[in-house]
Amino acid sequence: MQLLTASKLAAFRGERLIFADIDFDLDAGGAILLRGANGAGKSSLLRTIAGLTPLAAGRLLWNGEDALEDLPTHARRIAWLGHQDAVKPALTAAEHVPDRAALAAFGLAAYADLPARLLSAGQKRRLALARVAATAAPLWLLDEPTNGLDTASIALAEAAFARHVASGGMIIASTHTPLSLPAARILQL
Amino acid sequence: MIRLVAKELRLSLRHAADTAAALLFFVIAGTMFPFALGPDPATLSAIAPGIIWVCALLAALLPLDRLFGADFEDGTLDLLLLSGLPAAGVAFAKAAAHWLTTGLPLLVIAGPLAIMLRMPAKHLPLLALTLLPGTLLLSLLGTLAAAITLGARRSAVLMPLITLPLMIPTLIFGTAAVTSPHPVAPLLMLAAMLAAAAPLCPLATGAALRLAAE
Repeated sequence: MQLLTASKLAAFRGERLIFADIDFDLDAGGAILLRGANGAGKSSLLRTIAGLTPLAAGRLLWNGEDALEDLPTHARRIAWLGHQDAVKPALTAAEHVPDRAALAAFGLAAYADLPARLLSAGQKRRLALARVAATAAPLWLLDEPTNGLDTASIALAEAAFARHVASGGMIIASTHTPLSLPAARILQL
Repeated sequence: MIRLVAKELRLSLRHAADTAAALLFFVIAGTMFPFALGPDPATLSAIAPGIIWVCALLAALLPLDRLFGADFEDGTLDLLLLSGLPAAGVAFAKAAAHWLTTGLPLLVIAGPLAIMLRMPAKHLPLLALTLLPGTLLLSLLGTLAAAITLGARRSAVLMPLITLPLMIPTLIFGTAAVTSPHPVAPLLMLAAMLAAAAPLCPLATGAALRLAAE
């Protein structure tokens, strides 16, 4: 039995059916890359898996049980990276992510005590990624994780993703740029 | 939840100017009345409780617009909903933070303002005692209105239009308690309204937040 199983997922955005009949399963140490044109529903699918957007049809199972029945419990399994960074300009990097090792893993150790408003767009993205890496949640849901990152930072992110998967974590990421993730399956929307 | 309240407090400390704006508005709005009505102590002391209550309500509305608005725009709301707290817990923490940064300072500053408006000093403890449930109720109802209007085009206008009518019962009993010779009954009424709002408002706010995040 797989840890996370989705069968026939469908969701609406407004009045429009944005995707339907999405099936996938994911086990510890697995990864899925969501691909599709702009507006194909990659972000909506991630929000649905997180329980932010309600399912219109289908079932999402965690360990064989309905994952979305108890949302706070489901939320604790998830580390979320949205298409926005959720970085507060007035707080320092270390106040966002107290875990210095996670900051260092994304090359932010020197910026720990800087207010986030002084960080560049790419550094804010890395800060948001460091927040994901600092959690103990098994399932990382990442919406365009490498948006705005330079090549060196993409390599840092890929290394963090590989470590997470190697230690038995799971990643579902949407991307339209090439992202190297070992053993990741492609789900085309 | 305590961590969330602490983070909110730290944020409002960093944005101290925004936090102080509500207090300054309260003081300035209260100061306008003696200028408009003349300095006659009899008139002023008769209407002082009403002035202080209305000004406090209006001042406490000011920061509500950004209470969820900033989090909604920068993606923090999603993280809050995925923090493992129930949505109602997030709502309760937000209401608590609003009260600590707005309601409590208003409560403290209401005393000097009341003296300036020639309110008899013996009424001051009663004024504070009615403003305590009053500001708490406003924080609870205000977060509810802020969550309902989240993402609406004219949320800054809609939000007071929803909050203020809901505050009318609190206003009636609050000002009645300050001036009435028998303040216990209106005080109990305020306490009862607070007891109903404290569990119900966060539940409704949480549901509104989930809808807004969809």
